[in-house]
Amino acid sequence: MSGAEENTFPTGPATPDDGTAGPRSWIGKAFSSVSLSAAIIVMLSLGGVMYTLSIGAAPALKEFGLGFLTAEVWNPVTSQFGAAAPIAGTLETALIAMLIGVPISVGIAIFLTELCPEKLRHGFAITIELLAGIPSIIYGIWGLFVLAPYMQRHIQPFLIDRFGDIPIIGNLFQGPPYGIGILTAGLILGVMVLPFITTVTRDVFLTVPSLQRESAYALGATTTEVIWNVVIPYSKVGMLGAIMLGLGRALGETMAVTFVIGNAHRISASILAPGTTISASIANEFTEATTPIYTSSLFALGLILFVITFIVLSVAQYMLHRIKKAEG
Amino acid sequence: MDIYAKRKLINRLSLAFATVATAFGLFWLAIIMWTLLSKGITSLNLILFTETTPPPGASGGLSNAIFGSVFMNALAIMIAAPLGILAGTYLAEYARDSKLGAVARFVNDILLSAPSIIIGMFVYELMVVPMGHFSAWAGTVALAIIAIPVIVRTTQDSLLLVPDRLREAASALGAPRWRVITSISYRAAKGGILTGVLLALARVSGETAPLLFTALNNQFWSTDLNAPMANLPVVIFQYALSPYVDWQKLAWSGALLITAAVLFINITARLLASRDRSTKRI
Repeated sequence: MSGAEENTFPTGPATPDDGTAGPRSWIGKAFSSVSLSAAIIVMLSLGGVMYTLSIGAAPALKEFGLGFLTAEVWNPVTSQFGAAAPIAGTLETALIAMLIGVPISVGIAIFLTELCPEKLRHGFAITIELLAGIPSIIYGIWGLFVLAPYMQRHIQPFLIDRFGDIPIIGNLFQGPPYGIGILTAGLILGVMVLPFITTVTRDVFLTVPSLQRESAYALGATTTEVIWNVVIPYSKVGMLGAIMLGLGRALGETMAVTFVIGNAHRISASILAPGTTISASIANEFTEATTPIYTSSLFALGLILFVITFIVLSVAQYMLHRIKKAEG
Repeated sequence: MDIYAKRKLINRLSLAFATVATAFGLFWLAIIMWTLLSKGITSLNLILFTETTPPPGASGGLSNAIFGSVFMNALAIMIAAPLGILAGTYLAEYARDSKLGAVARFVNDILLSAPSIIIGMFVYELMVVPMGHFSAWAGTVALAIIAIPVIVRTTQDSLLLVPDRLREAASALGAPRWRVITSISYRAAKGGILTGVLLALARVSGETAPLLFTALNNQFWSTDLNAPMANLPVVIFQYALSPYVDWQKLAWSGALLITAAVLFINITARLLASRDRSTKRI
């Protein structure tokens, strides 16, 4: 969402006679080659990540085959490994994070674009973005020492009493209130993705032509109706991109989750139960992995995480790219 | 209730929701900061900066971890800044409409949001396994790989905001392309590029996961780049999860230090950015 004017400067690949064919034309060549090399290094690093993960994961994938994705067993003693529990935990926590984070983020974006007094806008926006600045480990330590005890004493017993007896839904709220677990991790992730979704959504909202907004107001629409019928339909694709961006973050988040998820390699119906995610498993067990097959299984987990986040982030890029084009 | 009253009510409710949502976001920031201050400030004293990490039960500080963090972050940014700025230059000045540029831009945006723990695993395979041990070098490289995409992105965006008329004017005076970039584009986008470098520094300052498998930790004062090096994030991780109360206290102090540093860098970067209007926030 750049505010640049139409760019028409010819920026093709540097030709051999780039610049003036004088005594110092080699500088131009050198400069363009060096910056091209830097761009290639960036691209190679992504390739390198893919390559090393695949190499590292190969022994485990050979050993367990596709069953690795569906097996719940994770037993270092008998060298039996399966990724089902971390995959499930990763998806569950990310889903909870989205259910909490998306409505709140859109709410904040609406506040920042439609309601906030002009003077306070910049300050509010920066403050929300500072949430993104807080390191993951801080969310982790805070979640463990402050949020988890609070969840254990107040929130979880309430959920168990209130919803535990309802058929079907009740299964989600079973078991003792540990404080830590899937729900607590999802809640922290929900807060962590707020700034990312908010910032992009706000930027997309700001691209809605004021003519459309004003026309709707002129017809007598309320602010809410303008948001629902003009702003959101116009920004749909960009909002989806923002949400996918947040989802990508939530799926890969490590430290905040490692502290509060409970690190249990099993799948429970209850969201109050301890579980694990892909990144938390890797963070906890990587330096303790004693056998090659154990290390390789952790690499296989990393590969799965990389593939999932790669797909999610690609979709996000594609959507946000379309917005840019439309603006063009 | 007539239709007007109903529309008014819905309007009020949804605007109230938006306001509450904003309050919710600000509430988390406030409560986390308050916890950090109240728990971290009690043991914030000079010892923290002069003594190394203690064994359980003894008194000590975080000097080795503070040094390690500052050292590795600085080195990582020194590696990442030239690479990131050059790659960003290529994307904005040489490859605006090329296929290669589009691919590089896409790859960079993926790297920007890729889980940092995966970068840690990559560097573990790349450096720790061949070297046979954890080292500050490996930690630095992992942090640099995380910093580069941020710098590439901000450099590219800042350069794209420089009006082409300036470039055309310089070309018309006979300046070769490299001269246009170095004397015109860079000068105009200076603030934005600096902001990007600062944001990258803020981003790597709090990174923990990649350091777990690369620099690991060191109980002692160490300046050896080929040995494991203490650093605040890993110390916080290990001490917070330990059963010793005095270690947990140190973890809180470290958490306060890191957050204060990161937020300070962040705010500085944003102030720079808002002072010169040539930047777009990430």
